[in-house]
Formats: sequence, structure tokens, C-alpha cells
Amino acid sequence: MDIIIILLDWIPYLFLGLLQTLGLVLASLAVGLIFGLPMALGQIYGNRLIKSVISVYVWFFRGLPVIVLLFLFFFGIFPSLNMSSVPPFVVAVVVLGLRGAAYQSQIFRGAIQSISEGQMTAARSLGMTRFQAIRHVILPQALRIALPGWSNEYPTVLTDTAICYAIGVQELLTRATYMVAQTYITMPIYLAIAGVYILLNYAGMKALNMLEKKTSIPGFGQGAL
Amino acid sequence: MGADKYILRVEDIHKAYGDREVLKGVSFNVRKGETKVFIGPSGTGKSTLLRCINQLTLPDQGRVFLNDEEVTNSGTRINYFRQKIGMVFQNFYLFDHLTAVRNVEVALLKVKKMDAAAAREKALEELRRVGMEDWADHYPAELSGGQAQRVSIARALAMDPDVILFDEPTSALDPELTREVLEVMKNLARQGMTMLVVTHEMGFALSVANEVLFMEHGKVVERGTPAQLLNDPAFTRTKNFIGKFRDYNEE
Repeated sequence: MDIIIILLDWIPYLFLGLLQTLGLVLASLAVGLIFGLPMALGQIYGNRLIKSVISVYVWFFRGLPVIVLLFLFFFGIFPSLNMSSVPPFVVAVVVLGLRGAAYQSQIFRGAIQSISEGQMTAARSLGMTRFQAIRHVILPQALRIALPGWSNEYPTVLTDTAICYAIGVQELLTRATYMVAQTYITMPIYLAIAGVYILLNYAGMKALNMLEKKTSIPGFGQGAL
Repeated sequence: MGADKYILRVEDIHKAYGDREVLKGVSFNVRKGETKVFIGPSGTGKSTLLRCINQLTLPDQGRVFLNDEEVTNSGTRINYFRQKIGMVFQNFYLFDHLTAVRNVEVALLKVKKMDAAAAREKALEELRRVGMEDWADHYPAELSGGQAQRVSIARALAMDPDVILFDEPTSALDPELTREVLEVMKNLARQGMTMLVVTHEMGFALSVANEVLFMEHGKVVERGTPAQLLNDPAFTRTKNFIGKFRDYNEE
């Protein structure tokens, strides 16, 4: 019983960690989306230079372990830009976001390339510019097709946030570990945050499934392959 | 210019893919309200010719004029000309994420910048013209091939084009659906729409066309009115070609 009373005292502390974790996930997914989608478009519609720059980017960010990226940015890139005072949270968002952009760009690229050539042809034949055709015809279809694959990014990024413990972001795992050190209670604490991760995962996937249902179109994207 | 004024002039179009010459100099003029039908064996460049007119395919040589304005080499003004040159495709190419009525109105909204109410009214009017107003809120996947093609004709019509290019509009359809699409096209011809049609439907060619152009190996080899093609002994190649279709259809 003592354990429960002790843990109850720590709930506000842990709750702040939960907010940090959620913030990390949402901000990283947003950064990944903001950079990943234009990168996909660049890789498909851009010139040779743009295409090769993006390929190198994707290769770099997908080729390194997250923890290595975190250390590179936290101990190397940010200090060398005289930005040592940037909080670890921001470094983590930059790293997870830029890494997510590499993965997301490939999800979007596949989806855009799955749209038949005829859609672009028909749009252009009506006098749409290439930009208008992409904006009003290609992307509305491609984003729907990308959604199931994109949803996969959520649990990936959520579980990756725990690694940010390594650079001292005050997220769930960091705070849990501090609690363990203070209270000498181990398993109950780690079990509790495992439960929190599972719940976050479930809620997010549920929300994304609902979005998928809400945006679905009769006969579109089902059995197309 | 008066009665001699051509709405569309196509001059000496050449197109090659690598060593393969698809079009070897095709020229013709179109008057307002005319229907010209292009027939001939597959792979003789008929579809490529249509796509060269609205520059979906860039010709290597030759020029196209719409109302005496040059369409070829027109830079970004091509988007203006394409509003005036409608196109209907073999595989419809309806926008899969939009309902029938939104397929018709999307270019009105985004290209012509019409306001929402006017665009919707225009779109419904064009759907009515092809007999699809009851299907306005259905998605492409919920339409038969014939219905989808009629919506795509409405989509082309909505832009109020000077001419519509039909690229084998019934080749993906079974005979019954073919008939419903040809019916719509016949009506358009009767209403004075200017049309260029690539088709294997000889009945349509002979009954609707003002002129039939028989193409082979990238060239127009024979051309004339349907009556000439059928009765004039000079048109042997066209007659042979049409004859083959007739035999096949009667089997």
C-alpha cells in the first residue's frame, strides 16, 4: 500500500513527462509532414539536382541510428552553430522531425506514383497548370492512399521518443528513471509507463483509423492493386 | 475571311519517338461545326495527332492554330488554349476522388475561377446535356463505363471549348455502352459542336462525319466525305479497311 501512496505523489511529475512525450510526437510528425511532402514532390517532379539532393538526405537520415543522430546534433551540430543553449527538447524535435521527413517522403512518393498518369493528363487537358493539377487532383488522391502507411509513423515516432532520454529530454522515460532512482521502486514504475505508452499508441491509432474512414471515398483506393 | 474562316488549322505535324516516326507530316483545317473522323489501323499515329493539337505531346515540327492564334510554342498560354480545346479519353480519366458533378466543376472553379454557385449550375447543366444529372453525386467507381465517359464529355463541354478532341472514346466499352456514348456524340455534332474524333466505329464515321481521314503509317493517305469513301472507286485503301471491319462485325 505504501508503494501506491508514494506513486500517487509522483503523478503530477510523471504527467509533465507525458506532455513532453506527446509534444515530441506531435511536433516531430508535423515537422516530418512539412518537410516530407515537398520532398516527395521534389523527388518526383523536380530536376536532377533536386532529386539527388533529396536522395542523399533520405539515405543519410534513414541510415543512422536515432541515438547517433541525437548525439550528432546535440553534441556536434548545435554547439558548432553556437546554439548550445537550445533545450534538448528542441534538438529532439529537430532530429525526430528531420528523420521522420525522410521516411514520410518515401511514403508520399509511393502514394503519388501510384496515381495513374491519366489523372495528370486529364487535369492538364482542362487547362490546369502542373501546380494546380498536383494541388487539386494528384494530392487529394495520393494523401488518401498514403494515410494507412503514414499512420504507421505514429507508433514509430512515439516509441522513438523514449531514446531522447539519452540527451536529457524530460519525457516519460527520463522522469520514470528519476523516480526509480529516488524511490527504489522499479518494476511498478516501468510497468506504469509501459501502460501509458500502450494507451497513447492505442488512442493515436484509433484516431488515425477514424480519419481514414472519414476521408474514404466509395470505390477509391480499395482493390486498386 | 467570312465563310472560309477555319477554327483550327493543323500544319505539317511531325513526331518521332527515337527512330520510330509516328507522324510524318499531317495537315488539315477545321471549320466551325465540322466533325472530322480519323480512322485507320492501330499504331498509325491517330491518337498522337490529337495529343499534338493540345500539346499534351509536343510535336517535333509543324504548327497548330486556333482561331488564327498559334497554339504550338505558346509557352504558358497553352493553359488558355487547352480550355478552348476539350479532350475526351479512351479510359475516361475521371478524377477518382470527385463525384460526377465535382469532376465537371473542378476546372470551372480552379481554372476559370467561377464562383461556386455558377460553377455548380453550369456543371449540372452539362450533366443534363449528356443525360447524367441523376448521377451527379456518384463517384467514378460507382458508374458504368458508358456513364463515366458521358461525364467526361460533360467535363470537356463545361469549359465551352471551340473544339473537342475524342481519342477513341468508345474503345474501352462494350457495344451497348458504346451506343449510349455515340448517341451523345451524335447529338453534339447535330448541335454544331466542332469535333475531331479518332474511332474504330465505322457506322458513326460514315453517318456523322463531314470528312473522314484515313491514316496509315503516320500520314493521311485518303480523305473525303463519307459518300465519296463509299462510292468513289479511287478510295480503295479506305474501302478495304472499312470492309475488314464490316466482315468482322458480321461474323
